[in-house]
Amino acid sequence: MKRFAALIKRLDTTNKTNVKVNALAEYFKEVSDQDKVWTIALLSHRRPSRPINTTLLREYAAELARIELWLFEDSYHIVGDLAETIALVIPQTEKKEDEKSLTQYLEDMIWLKKQDEKVKKSYLQNEWKHLPYYERFVFTKLLTGGFRIGVSQKLMTRALAKATEIDEDILAYKLMGNWKPQTISFKELVLDEKASDYLSKPYPFYLAYALEEEPSDLGSPEEWYAEHKWDGIRAQLIKRNDEIFLWTRGEELVTDRYPEFQKIKDLIPNGTVFDGELLPMINDSIGSFYDLQKRIGRRTVSKSLLEKIPVILRTYDLLEFEEKDLRETAFAERRKKLSNIVNEIAHPTLGISEIITFKKWDDLKEIREEAREVKSEGLMLKRRDASYKIGRKKGDWWKWKLDPMSIDAVLTYAMRGHGRRSNLFTDYTFALWSENEHGERELVTFAKAYSGLTDKEFKAVDKFIKANTVERFGPVRSVVPELVFEIGFEAIAKSTRHKSGVATRFPRIIRWRKDKKIEEANSLEDLKELIQ
Amino acid sequence: MESPLLIFNDKGIYCPPADIYIDAWRPVKKCIISHGHSDHARYGHEYYLTHPRNEPIIKHRLGKINVETVEWGEKFKINGVTFSLHPAGHVIGSSQIRVEYKGEVWVFTGDYKLQNDGVCAPWEPIQCHSLITECTFGLPAFNWRPQHEVMTDINQWWKENQKEGKTSVIFGYTLGKAQRILKHLDPSIGKIHTHGAIENMTTVLRDLCEFPETNLITRETKKEELLGNIVIAPPSAHGSPWIRKMVPYETAAASGWMAFRGARRRRAMDRGFVLSDHCNWHELLTAINEFGAEKIICTHGYTDIFSKYLRSIGLDARTEKTQYEGETLETEKEAV
Ligand SMILES: [Zn+2]
Repeated sequence: MKRFAALIKRLDTTNKTNVKVNALAEYFKEVSDQDKVWTIALLSHRRPSRPINTTLLREYAAELARIELWLFEDSYHIVGDLAETIALVIPQTEKKEDEKSLTQYLEDMIWLKKQDEKVKKSYLQNEWKHLPYYERFVFTKLLTGGFRIGVSQKLMTRALAKATEIDEDILAYKLMGNWKPQTISFKELVLDEKASDYLSKPYPFYLAYALEEEPSDLGSPEEWYAEHKWDGIRAQLIKRNDEIFLWTRGEELVTDRYPEFQKIKDLIPNGTVFDGELLPMINDSIGSFYDLQKRIGRRTVSKSLLEKIPVILRTYDLLEFEEKDLRETAFAERRKKLSNIVNEIAHPTLGISEIITFKKWDDLKEIREEAREVKSEGLMLKRRDASYKIGRKKGDWWKWKLDPMSIDAVLTYAMRGHGRRSNLFTDYTFALWSENEHGERELVTFAKAYSGLTDKEFKAVDKFIKANTVERFGPVRSVVPELVFEIGFEAIAKSTRHKSGVATRFPRIIRWRKDKKIEEANSLEDLKELIQ
Repeated sequence: MESPLLIFNDKGIYCPPADIYIDAWRPVKKCIISHGHSDHARYGHEYYLTHPRNEPIIKHRLGKINVETVEWGEKFKINGVTFSLHPAGHVIGSSQIRVEYKGEVWVFTGDYKLQNDGVCAPWEPIQCHSLITECTFGLPAFNWRPQHEVMTDINQWWKENQKEGKTSVIFGYTLGKAQRILKHLDPSIGKIHTHGAIENMTTVLRDLCEFPETNLITRETKKEELLGNIVIAPPSAHGSPWIRKMVPYETAAASGWMAFRGARRRRAMDRGFVLSDHCNWHELLTAINEFGAEKIICTHGYTDIFSKYLRSIGLDARTEKTQYEGETLETEKEAV
């Protein structure tokens, strides 16, 4: 645990990627294999479920710190992080004799979940009393979740590659899937090469960059295919050994959340992997991303929701067929096989993203302009002879999105940014005018937007926020409505969850409209008119 | 009912029978000054009264002013009110102010800490009836480690940076923190360089305390001279063009706020050392116990929470608004 805490401290005290990679690689070389597995698990969202709720955690911590609960809560409000608050208010009273490993602590947590409150309390208070400050903090973080130390799964994989001298892409592949740190050894997870382990494993997704030049710069139209760019979730559907697996791009196994795919399980031959887009269907036509969101978070799906918003996979690539990895074959060939198999299966849950034929780039431009009418975000351009690559690579795949829609909105709330901009207020909330029931115009929040300003502009807005704060709510400040920004977004849909009644997709700041007064900002009605 | 011995008005803390202010924030005729930080020692008073060790500091900061001095423990009377100054342990020359009138004793702590920092005269408790105390870090989340442990960490950090061929840049307030760090740096590791503001203040203080040798960074200073060495700079130098000369460097802040992980990140520092010239939670409670006061007034810091806590343990505590800032987090200048 000491070593793991030291690692977290190191990761937490640097913003430099290469320092983080080196610290992690060094750590991987030093610790036991089982600690390695658990560290990989923790850094890839595979922590054990919380053994205790936070209400009890607070009570036990306040009691041990000998302070009343209100004082603990007030301190928590100021510190802003529960594990940190607990670690700070509890003084270390007794020296620890034996050192428990990270693995032991995580095994403790799995055990602890099943214990009664009395056992939980005495276990936690005993650990808190004995652990030095930073270990106490890390230990409590393991209980509450969410380290936020700027280590992505990718960065962790790079470090592991450095420590083991195994190719990073191969490691990324190995670490995917449905493994459990409790039951797997480092050898099995990382070192061994066994085909059967890969049963559920998807392929790393090939991701496209946004096209910045004119498409005509890509060369002759004959070398390219175009498809619509669908606004759903990128996913791989796998059928191997009579089982079906559904993975989303966040490398998350979501098979259980989309039971509709069980219906087509028997129709798909073993050893098949599709790449495509999960899309919601409303009355037999594609719904909005907002409809899909009603399904995304649900781990268990009710029958009525399943009927109301069924989800389909609109396929656009075939990565494996007849148990053969097809990624090195040309895209045109993969597409041909794909359309054959999808036609054979012939089930509405498995669709295909049609190839758009075009002779001249200009023809394609026209089609792109009308993309919104078919509920697409624009076009994808794919080179006909391209292989299926790993990660985001330039050259063979491009996304050619529509220009976003935009609206002028008023800055109303601000929060501090992360990383390099953590000393500035860079996360903003924007509002539009709306008429309330008394016929008065008021500002109604409609979107949060993060990026899009230059450093210089961020500094100026930050200064304005600090000088014009109305109220503080923890890290959030409300500000005097005075600044107007043009906010762009890629899609818009009606929403009952949002106060504004509207949900926007990928809102971002296009520019600061210094030329506009808040009275000139748009209204919610203007925004709603953009919904098709 | 008679007016209290010390009242809070729009100019500062006022003693009506003596017609004198303490740490006034607006210009007044006569003012007793607890210590040299800018939120306590302000411009524009006609007469300043303070400890002799604070005199060169406020003269350095405020220029030509009328200053009278009085030693710690030495009693003096103004209109029948007895005053005396007592060490506060905050920075060099910092005092608490004891005020006695018709058998009633009040103490104003100014800024203070209980840990002996080896630079300034250590804090002394004073029995009193009413206490005006700061509570900058009046939250149970603040617990300082012993200074020697923190200084060991700072020297260790310097050595590690040196090994990597980097310059160590540590930020601390010009008066107090900078000298406290300087005093306990290990000169056997390398050379100690200073920013102009800190060099000037340290020069003033060299008559009052012994410090290791420092080297002022000037336009002529070459980058190579700094490599592997340590630089002490005021917080305002962070992110300024001045710091470019130190590339490649590692930054660190020394402040009580560094107890919070978020504070270090918000200031975009590579390291944060928890080192404060103010009382932490337990020091405040220890001090309040030793003052033995019946009435407690909390001025700056987490006043609401701290006074609520004091009331919850049966003390008569309330808060008063002042313009003292304590150690600040939000602004660039770590005021005090
Ligand atoms: Zn001060």
